[in-house]
Amino acid sequence: MTQIPSLDLDPFSIEFFKNPHPVHEVLREAGPVVRLDKWNVYGVARYAEVHAVLNDPQTFCSSRGVGLSDFAKEKPWRPPSLILEADPPAHTRTRAVLNRVLSPSVMKQLRGTFVAAAEARVDKLLAKGSFDAIPDLAEAYPLSVFPDALGLKPEGRENLLPYAGLVFNAFGPPNKLRQDAIERSAPHQAYIAEQCQRENLAPGGFGACIHERVDAGDIMPAEAPLLVRSLLSAGLDTTVNGIGAAIYCLARFPDQWARLRNDPTLARNAFEEAVRFESPVQTFFRTTTRDVEIGGAAIGEGEKILMFLAAANRDPRRWDNPDQYDVTRRTSGHVGYGSGVHMCVGQLVARLEGESVLTALAKRVGSIEITGPATRRFNNTLRGLECLPVTIKAA
Amino acid sequence: MPSINFIHPDQRSERIEATIGDSVMQVATGHGIDGIVAECGGNAMCATCHVYVDEGWLARLAAMSTEENELLDGVAAERRPNSRLSCQLRMTAELDGIVLSLPRTQHA
Repeated sequence: MTQIPSLDLDPFSIEFFKNPHPVHEVLREAGPVVRLDKWNVYGVARYAEVHAVLNDPQTFCSSRGVGLSDFAKEKPWRPPSLILEADPPAHTRTRAVLNRVLSPSVMKQLRGTFVAAAEARVDKLLAKGSFDAIPDLAEAYPLSVFPDALGLKPEGRENLLPYAGLVFNAFGPPNKLRQDAIERSAPHQAYIAEQCQRENLAPGGFGACIHERVDAGDIMPAEAPLLVRSLLSAGLDTTVNGIGAAIYCLARFPDQWARLRNDPTLARNAFEEAVRFESPVQTFFRTTTRDVEIGGAAIGEGEKILMFLAAANRDPRRWDNPDQYDVTRRTSGHVGYGSGVHMCVGQLVARLEGESVLTALAKRVGSIEITGPATRRFNNTLRGLECLPVTIKAA
Repeated sequence: MPSINFIHPDQRSERIEATIGDSVMQVATGHGIDGIVAECGGNAMCATCHVYVDEGWLARLAAMSTEENELLDGVAAERRPNSRLSCQLRMTAELDGIVLSLPRTQHA
């Protein structure tokens, strides 16, 4: 049996978050699977192994939690998700409901609204000239379309981003980020629980459509609020960081911005490449359901495996020039949205948002210049910026 | 090795060798066929690996699932009776020479 290399590093430390790429390389080059002593877990950082773990949910389960905490040993901090933290066959039923609510046909109906909102937002920012691209665009745009598409009330929406930040911090180890987030969570949790109820969701929105599946007999009445909660947990902060990543890429790499301006139909791929390049969702865990071999090394039952999605998305074994942002790259197969049965159920909403924003920028904006220090926002799972001061000029 | 004949929207045809067991989508993206986008990487989520199956071959394919049928309602180009998602088509020896036309677009 192959020996598993032990690494003494903390992939949930602020030091690591500041510049994860050199450590990702260390993790990839150490072997197909590594031991991370700091948190007593295994890690996979190469594309092949990350993809294989994602696509074998029977061996690498989600029902024991997709964070460090093992639900077989510890009480989860909130009732487990019926989709993210579930395995087939239970997962198959709830997943089918969300697939239908967020299908390509539904996206066709939303496209006009999403595109118009992006154009209006970019026009507003052009009039302003200088602004912070994170709150004023990466956050403002998803907040202007997603809560409405879901059917949320106008009041209380300021809880959405803090709640999402909490959810993604809670997948991490019991460090300061996680503890602080959980300590401050009560009002956000109360808001979310309330909004998941049928009477608080506008007809025609994603939330109401989920509740309608109860009438159709696809899910139990008690399941609908928890499925709405999944969209409230994972539907906003992820796209904020995805759009932020794309703007940051286009502002940093003028040759790629020029290619996009030259051909705005590249917008959707430019967004997709930003998701590969920056990987807004950096990691997820799985738990082994039996003794298993990864890359010739033996791993026992009940072990946590940390998947470094971001490292897989830059694995030179899989990608040519992985550290280059290339708006024309064939991105199919990247694991920025995961892969397999749990692959991001909202990926079509994310792409529609990203494409809408980048198309509006490409058609209306001539130049994007970074005018001050870009600072990071630290989260145990999400990678993104806190602020990105820019000046834009009309085309 | 069975082969696949892709017909591009400009009627240009391209013949590709396929590995038995791979999906048509995997074969296409592996060979850089531009008309297949496959955003979701083969997870039956995105409907961007749409193909039109040449009539003579249609009956030889495995039946489509309810999920594929619903996803096909969301394809960007016109849905036709011979529309399929190429991520759901597994290559077999019997499909050697299959003719698949690519739609003019995979995006709205």
